[in-house]
Order: sequence, then structure tokens, then C-alpha cells
Amino acid sequence: MNTEALRAPPAAYPRHEAAKAVTASEATGHGIGGPAPKRIIVGYGFWIFLLSDVILFSALFAAYAVLFKNTAGGPSAQQLFDLRNVAVETGCLLASTFACAMASLAVSERSMKWTQLALLATGVLGVSFVLLEAHEFTGLIAQGAGPTRSAFLSSFFTLVGCHGAHVTAGLIWLGTMMAQFRAKGFREDIRLRFLCFTLFWHALDIIWVAIFSLVYLVGTLPPQMLP
Amino acid sequence: MIRAGCGTAIAASLSGCHLAVLSPAGPVAAGDGMVMIDSLAIMLAIVVPTIAATLAVAWWFRASNGRARYRPAFAYSGRVELIVWSIPALVIFFLGGVAWISAHKLDPARPLPASVPPLEIQVVSLDWKWLFIYPKQSVASINRLVVPAGVPFHLRITSASVYNVFFVPRLGSEIYAMYGMTTQLNLEADEPGTYLGLSAHFSGDGFPGMSFDVDAVQSAQFARWLIRARSAGRPLDARSYRSLLQQSENVKPYTYSGVESGLFDSIVRGELPPGSGPTRPTPATATSRESSRHVG
Amino acid sequence: MWGRLSWQAIPFHEPIALIAGGFVFAALGALLVWVALKGYVPYLWREWITSVDHKRIGIMYVALALVMLLRGFSDALMMRAQQAVAFHAPGFLPPAHYDQIFTAHGTIMIFFVAMPFVIGLMNFVVPLQLGVRDVAFPTLNSVGFWLTAAGALLINVSLVVGEFARTGWLAFPPLSEITYSPGVGVDYYLWSLQISGIGTLMTGINMVTTILKVRAPGMSYMRMPIFCWTSLASSLLIVAAFPILTAALGMLLLDRYLGFHFFTNLAGGNSMMFMNLIWAWGHPEVYILALPAFGVFSEVVPTFSGKALFGRRSMVVATLAICILSFTVWLHHFFTMGAGGNVNGFFGVASMIIAVPTGVKVFNWLFTMYGGRIRYDSPMLWSIGFMVTFVIGGMTGVLLASPAADFLLHNSLFLVAHFHNVIIGAVLFGGFAGYTYWFPKAFGFRLDETLGKAAFWCWFIGFYVAFGPLYVLGLEGMTRRMQHYDRPEWHPWLLVAGAGALIILCGIALQVAQLVVSIRDRARLRDCTGDPWDGRSLEWATASPPPVFNFAVLPRVAGPEPLWDLKRRARELGHLVTAEPPYQPIEMPRNSATGFITAFLAVVTGFSLIWHIWWLVIVGLAGAYLTFVVFAWRDLVENIVPADEVAQLDRANRAARAATLGSGLLR
Repeated sequence: MNTEALRAPPAAYPRHEAAKAVTASEATGHGIGGPAPKRIIVGYGFWIFLLSDVILFSALFAAYAVLFKNTAGGPSAQQLFDLRNVAVETGCLLASTFACAMASLAVSERSMKWTQLALLATGVLGVSFVLLEAHEFTGLIAQGAGPTRSAFLSSFFTLVGCHGAHVTAGLIWLGTMMAQFRAKGFREDIRLRFLCFTLFWHALDIIWVAIFSLVYLVGTLPPQMLP
Repeated sequence: MIRAGCGTAIAASLSGCHLAVLSPAGPVAAGDGMVMIDSLAIMLAIVVPTIAATLAVAWWFRASNGRARYRPAFAYSGRVELIVWSIPALVIFFLGGVAWISAHKLDPARPLPASVPPLEIQVVSLDWKWLFIYPKQSVASINRLVVPAGVPFHLRITSASVYNVFFVPRLGSEIYAMYGMTTQLNLEADEPGTYLGLSAHFSGDGFPGMSFDVDAVQSAQFARWLIRARSAGRPLDARSYRSLLQQSENVKPYTYSGVESGLFDSIVRGELPPGSGPTRPTPATATSRESSRHVG
Repeated sequence: MWGRLSWQAIPFHEPIALIAGGFVFAALGALLVWVALKGYVPYLWREWITSVDHKRIGIMYVALALVMLLRGFSDALMMRAQQAVAFHAPGFLPPAHYDQIFTAHGTIMIFFVAMPFVIGLMNFVVPLQLGVRDVAFPTLNSVGFWLTAAGALLINVSLVVGEFARTGWLAFPPLSEITYSPGVGVDYYLWSLQISGIGTLMTGINMVTTILKVRAPGMSYMRMPIFCWTSLASSLLIVAAFPILTAALGMLLLDRYLGFHFFTNLAGGNSMMFMNLIWAWGHPEVYILALPAFGVFSEVVPTFSGKALFGRRSMVVATLAICILSFTVWLHHFFTMGAGGNVNGFFGVASMIIAVPTGVKVFNWLFTMYGGRIRYDSPMLWSIGFMVTFVIGGMTGVLLASPAADFLLHNSLFLVAHFHNVIIGAVLFGGFAGYTYWFPKAFGFRLDETLGKAAFWCWFIGFYVAFGPLYVLGLEGMTRRMQHYDRPEWHPWLLVAGAGALIILCGIALQVAQLVVSIRDRARLRDCTGDPWDGRSLEWATASPPPVFNFAVLPRVAGPEPLWDLKRRARELGHLVTAEPPYQPIEMPRNSATGFITAFLAVVTGFSLIWHIWWLVIVGLAGAYLTFVVFAWRDLVENIVPADEVAQLDRANRAARAATLGSGLLR
């Protein structure tokens, strides 16, 4: 039986690649040497998560763009936004990211003292950012420009608030991370987690840059310059 | 030729059962229906052979058939691949052309060719009834649309609360009714007759009761209907409109003897409140929660 | 203290819902008591609930899908029965109840049947086919499953506490806004989907990472089985599309809970934006479901034809083309909003273009069968049934993609017939094909073939009897979601459709019987070889069921059909190709209760959000953080399977393989 099957030429794929046996340590995940090492897998997976998060934000950006002019007789972006406050917020967040990068260096140097100090600085700057944003929000609500006032304000509060919620979640993660470094030292899995945290923190920065330019800078342009 | 033949065959085979959308009573439904039949015919020309080939191949190459030649190495063939990609591509190229052209020709907002100007009608979907306003004639009707046969009519459609879809299957082209927006639809009934109209988008518990009759009548009869409508009942103004905002089901058709001018536009601009929603709280909301926090 | 929750939330005024719900929960309770009395709790806890093994999780996903299929199908039966009797009559379901039923039917069938079914198959099969030991993130996998289950539980709680949404399965605003839907129904809908959506997103991320980064040595992209390719495409779509759903539903939640104005009628809200967002997720979702089903057929058809898949490269290209194109067509769901000829024309043509790669797939399956030796086991029956049915569904889909034709058919029963034609014809038939095909791999014994074939014929015939009339009704102008009607010409067709639903019911009953009989007769149906269908890909190289580590040593892959090549060479040589490898201990991830606890807390949090029990929301969230910390603090991550045990299991598998070889047959 199956004589033809036995004699048949190998189906349409090359066979010589079988010879390319590579040791696991060189693994790239491209199917040459087998599964990629944990470090790559974890980082890669987290990148995919960040991409999905960026898509979440793009939906919120789209909603903001659609509803930008729907002020329903209420205040518009130009009347509300205070660039000074936002500039300080931006400074806090950027400095916080710098401190986070310092923490990465300290981790690679295995210096507990500097790691904790840099993470503390990251956290303090992050908290200041959140407080400034909360200050801005309460100010707006106090002057009757809360999210229930108009569709424009709903989308503004949601977009910026979603970023703020991410930063807050990041701060809780950061606190946990600091405790973990203290309790567990520079174990590999802890360092991998920290790698994810830094990715997260940097991604929030990038989203903030988009918010800063598309929401605050565009929002404060004189109306005749808007499309 | 072949296409037309196929189309006729399908239409003939289906017409036994009075398919509303395939027995058009106006040029729009006829156009939409023609696109449907044509596309179907084009596709059947490839779909029927594909199904037949699938069944034939599956049957012939059954393991118990000694006469079928076993060719396990047949897993790639450039020529077959070329055919396999080009057949669907060509069909879609053809169908896409039909779709593109007909999407423009049968755009609901496009006026119908006619020697007389179209009759203007404004349509408001309410919970759960239809309001038809004849602005020039200053008459309004609930749940019954009367139009002269052979004269195109131009509908501007909006909603006073949730989404609905205005649809008269035998006249063609459904279109959404949405709060704060207007959509446009041009229709015409060729012959006098009564046609089913309905909402084709679910709009809440009273939704199935939103069907209405479209009465296409002779012009003289239409004029008589207008006179009768003007002489009976009360006029529609902002106040009586507000009472329509309450939810009600299976409302019997009636007319308003006059219409406050600009009423439709003030509905669209949101100068009149939207539908109030349910007034009785459902059991699950009986406690603490006001049923509509946005109103006011 | 208990927010909006009171005794009034129990729907005494809807006895059918209450009795059905009471029955479901009584059955569930009885099952739990039986499990407890039999002393199975520790076993379940150890082997299933806390398991992070991708195979176990995959099986639990499929089990969830099948159970929820029963729920969703009961809804379908009630709808068919209602429409069969509601001619000039109110029927037996009042509108408020009927509206909940069709909403629940759609929501459950898509989110809690079709999704877990395909994700379950992906979970079970992909690592085995890739020749690896687990997915990239096993614990995350478990969390993802349990969150899906949490969403499913929450949606069923709405049967007995409160109500479900009465808006249709996509909850379009403004109808779903607080003004028009003040009850808790929409809140149940939103929180169930948000919770299960997070689970789905986790699975998507996990699968993408697994397929791109965790493969056996030599498993290059072009050697990956097509099921892995379609799973990759589907997972990429999950990652790209589900965040949009989360955002859209999140905005609706803000509208309902905090008085925001995203989609309201007042204060500048834009309800059309919801249409755009939900369908920007919704259309890719169609392919999230369909692509893995296409993958199943691409495994089943070659296996049962005894041939390699025809046109592998084309299949991969077609899969990726569908993956990308699926994001360019969402507007065809609302041509009738009057966007104008250019916009409608563009999206119409774009939608039609998807038919090209899909058509290519059909032809490739056809040419795979051509020159084959086709064995008619039930997975193959499902596949051929699929090919015939799906071609028709695709045709009506292309018809609806033509804007002018859609102007007559939008939202009609023609549309309902079309999407059931593709979802039942492709996703469900694919699911059943995969379920029958991989069942012996999962449990070590086959499903009874006689009952399986009978079930197929009931489903196949029942489908046409149930949905053929719906096509006709659509052409008669009948729109969907009618609780009653008074057109005499619709009535006979609705009676026929009801009969069709009963035939499908027979199919489901036969499937239940099949499962029961197969478990009873498992000795007769035992698969000792690990390769009951003469398979071609790596999952059939393991024992049935596979050991926890899948492969004693990772296979080295040299072609797209590694097992087939090995078997062929073994046949030539007369003995197994590879010598016994040196066995080493294997590290496998430890069990974790994190998923189960997270799901428990998600149910508590979701329930208290629905009923505005704010203190309990805080408790739930605090609990979630605590779970996170406890999980993060663990020191022992892996268990070691000793080399002896690995050797023992692998030797048994090798002996079974050698035995089939000795008998001169691999089947």
C-alpha cells in the first residue's frame, strides 16, 4: 500500500535546513534554535500588551477628535486649558522617566541603594504628576466644566483621565516593585518584571507626548487655525 | 444576455411566494432589486459549480473507490494556483464594479428623475410610532404615509429618541432615523396601492408595533385626503409634539390638521427635548435611581 | 448597604426566566454537591482549577463553550417558538422578556460560545503543533480563561437577579443609554463583556507571543501548520481589535454611570461614533472566530484525504490578507446611514475583496481533496458540510456587501440568515470538527462515530431548514427582532424555521448522547497509538492524552509535516527513525490559584458595580491587588518532572509507535 506515497518526491519544501541545528542559547524564536529565552519572551509579550494599550488610547483619541467641537454651548478647549500647569506636569513625567532610566542603570549595576533612590524619585515625580492632574480636573469641575457638561469635556476627561489612571496603576506597581527589590534582591524574574515596568513607564510618556501636543497644544491654538 | 436570463430565472422561481423586495412597486426598489438579482446571478455562476465540484471530488476520491487515482504529491501547482486566485478576483472585480456604480446611482439622497418636483415629506421616528409631516401642505400624519402614485417624494428623516430605520420593502432603500441628524431618501410608488412600512432597527419593547401603511393613491384622491386631514383633529405644535414623546405602542393612524412651521428643524436642532424613555421604573430600578438623569 | 439590590430584583413577574435560571443554578448546585460528596474537590482543584497546563485550560475553554451553547440554544428555541406562535397574537413571551432573550442569545453565542470554542482549540492545539511544552505565559493563560468564565457566570446571574439588556447584542446607544434603558440589564451586559474581554486580550497576547517566540527547533514560519498561522492571525486581530471594544464599552459605561455624554442624545453626544467603534471591533471579530475554524479545516482535510494541504503558501497569504482586510470594511454594517455613494462604494468593494482570499481557501481545500483518499470520519463530514454551507453564506455576504442590495436587506432576516450561515457553517462546524478530531488527543479515547455522524446530519439538515426560510422572510421584508407580527405570508416560513430549530435540537441531543456513550464505552474507543487519524502534524507524535510536558525532548522540525515524514521514513526503515534520547528532568510551571481567585474577585466586583454596592467594589479591587502581590511574591515558579518519569512516559509512547509499525500499519 501507499507505494506511490513512498516513492513520491518530498513535498514542496527544502530539506537542507534540518542540518542547521543550533544550540538553545542562540535561540532567536525564529524556529531555528527552538523557544526563545525567557527574557525575550517576557519583553516581547509585554510589548504586545503595550501595543494593545496604544490601540485603546487611539480609540479615545479618535473619540476626542470626533467630539472636539461638540461643546454644547459650554466652554471650549481654548477657554479652559492652562498650558502652564500642563508644562509642569510634562516636566514631572519626563523627569520621572529619566529617574526610571537611572533606576535601570542602578539595577544593572546591582546597587540596591541607588535603585531604591531612583525608584523613589520616579515615584515622587509620578505622584506629583497625578496630583497636578487631579488639581486641574477639580479646578475644571469647580468652574462648571466637568465631564457631564458636554461631549467635548466627556472625551477630554476620559482621554486624559485614562492616562492618569494608567500612571496611578503604574505607581502602585512601582511601590510593589520597590518592595520586591528589597525583599527578593536582584533575582532574574524580578529584573524581568522591572524591565516590563520601565517599558510601561516609557510608553506612558509617549502617550503623554501625544496628549500634550494633540490635546493641549492644538486645543489652545486660536480657533481660526483649527481645521 | 446570459445574465439577464439567469436573473429572470431566479426572479421567476422566487416570485411564486410573493417576495416583497423582489416585487418592486417603485423605481428605487426596482433598481435595488436589479442589483441584487444581477449580483446573485454573477455569483451563482461560480458558486454552483464550486459546490458541485466539491461534492463530486469528495465523492469520487473516497477511499473505497479503487478507480480514483491517489496522487499524494499533488500539493502544489503554479497553474492551478493562478486559476484559484484569478477566478474569485475576476468575479469580485466584476461585482465590485456593479457595487460601485449602483452605490452612486441608487444613493438614497439622489433625486429621482421626474417632470414634477418631488413631494416633500419630513419623517420623525418616535417611541414607538412614526410622524409624517407634509410641510408645504401643513398636514401631519401618525403611522400612515399617504403619497400620490407616480410622483416622487423626498423624505427627510430624523429620530426623536433612539435609532430606527425607515423601510418600505416594496418601495426600496431603507435608511436610518437618528436623533439630531437628518438622512434623505427619494422614493416613488408607480401604482396606487397599500404597501407595508416598518422600522428595520430594533428600538425597544414597542418596536414590533412600529409598522405602518404606505397608501399610494391617485393625485385627486391625495388632494381629497389633504382636505379631510386639514378639516379634522387638532394641529401639531410644540406642545402637542411633547405628548408624542411619551412611549406608546400600536398607535392607530390619525392626522393633525396643521403643523407649526419649522417644527421638524427644531426637532433636528435639539430645540425640543428628546423622547422621554420609560416613565415607569422597571422593577430593577425601583430604588433610588432617577430614570433619566440627562433631561433638564 | 446593598445598593440597588433588593428583593424586587428577583424577576417573579417573568416566571420563564426565573424557572430557567433557577433550574440552571439548581443543576449547578447539585453538580457541586455531588462533586463534593464524591470527594472530587481536591482532584478538581489540583488538576483543573489551578492548572496552568495549556491542554487543561483548552479543554476547560471548550467545555465552557459547550455548556454555554446549551444556554444560547435554549434562547434560540424560545425565539423560534415565540415567532412561530406570535402571528396576530402576543405569543408566550412578553416584549420585555423576548428582547432580553435575543440580546442574550447573540451575546452568549458570540462571546461565550464561539470565542471560548476557538480559543480553547487554539490553547490545546497550538503548543502541541509547535512542538513545545506550553504557551509563553501559562499563569496568564489560566487568568484569561477564568476571567472569561467569570463573564459567563455574570451573564447567567442576570437570569435570576435583575434582568439582562433589552437592546440587541451590540447595545447600540442611545437605546442603551440610561434614559432609554434605566435597568441593570445593560450594566450586566457591559461588565460581563469588559471582564471577559480582558481575559480574551490576555489570551491574544499570550498566543501571539507563543507563536512568534516559542517554537520547536527548525519550526520556521513556512513550516508552521496552517492552524498555527490562522491562530496567529486571529490572535493578532484580538490584540488589535479588542482594545477598541473595551474603549467603546468603557465610554458607554461612563455615560451610564457618571453622566458623561459620549453617545447621548444631549450635550453633543455622538451615537454614530459608537456604531463606528463597535464595528471597528465587530468586523475583525468575525475573522477572529472564522480564521481558527479555517485552520481546523486546513488540518482535517489533508489528514482525512491522506495528502498534504494544497497550496500552503497561498493559504498563508490568504490568511494574512483576510487579517489585514478585516479592518477596512466595518462601514458595511451601516450602509443605510446615508454616507453617500463614494463612502458606501469604497466599503462595499473593500468588503467584497475579502471574498478573494476566502475563495482561494475554498479552492485549496477542494484541490487538497483532489487526488486524495478520503476517509469519511465525522471531522471530514463537518468539513465538507462546511465547504458547501460556507460558500452559500459567502455568496449572500457578498450580496449584502453591495450597498444597493443592502438597502433592501439590511437588518432583515436575510441578514440574520447570512451571518448564521457563516457562523454556524464555518465557526461552529469548524469547532465541532476540531472537537471530534482532537478529542482522542485530549482524553485518550475517540468519540462514538455513529452518534457523531447522526449529529452532523441533524445539524446540517436542521441548519438549512431553520435558516433557509429566514432568507425567504428577509426577501419578504421581515425585519429582525420582531416580538409579534401580523403578516400572514410570514407565518408559514416561521413555522418551518421552528421545525429546523427542532432538528438542530436533535443534533445537540445526539452530541450529548455521543459524549455520554463515548465515556461509557471508552475502553472500546481507546486510542493506544496517540495517532488515531493517521495525522501529519506534531500533536499526533505525543501519547493520547499527552504527558504534562508534551514532548520528552523537543522535536527537530525539518518540514511542514514533521510527523508524516517521520512515519514515512520509519515505514521505509521498518523501525523508529530516532534512537531513544537521553532523558533529562523537565521543569514545568507550578499550578496557581491566581486565575480562579482573580475570577472570583472579578465576579464580586462586577456584580457590585452592576448593583452599585460601592463598598464591595472596593473590597473586590483590594482583593485583586492582594492577589497580584501574593502571586508576584512567589519564590517557587516551577516543578521538576524527574528524568525517570519522563523516560517511563516516553518509552511507553515509543513502544506504542513501534507496535503500530510492527503491524505494518500506522493506522
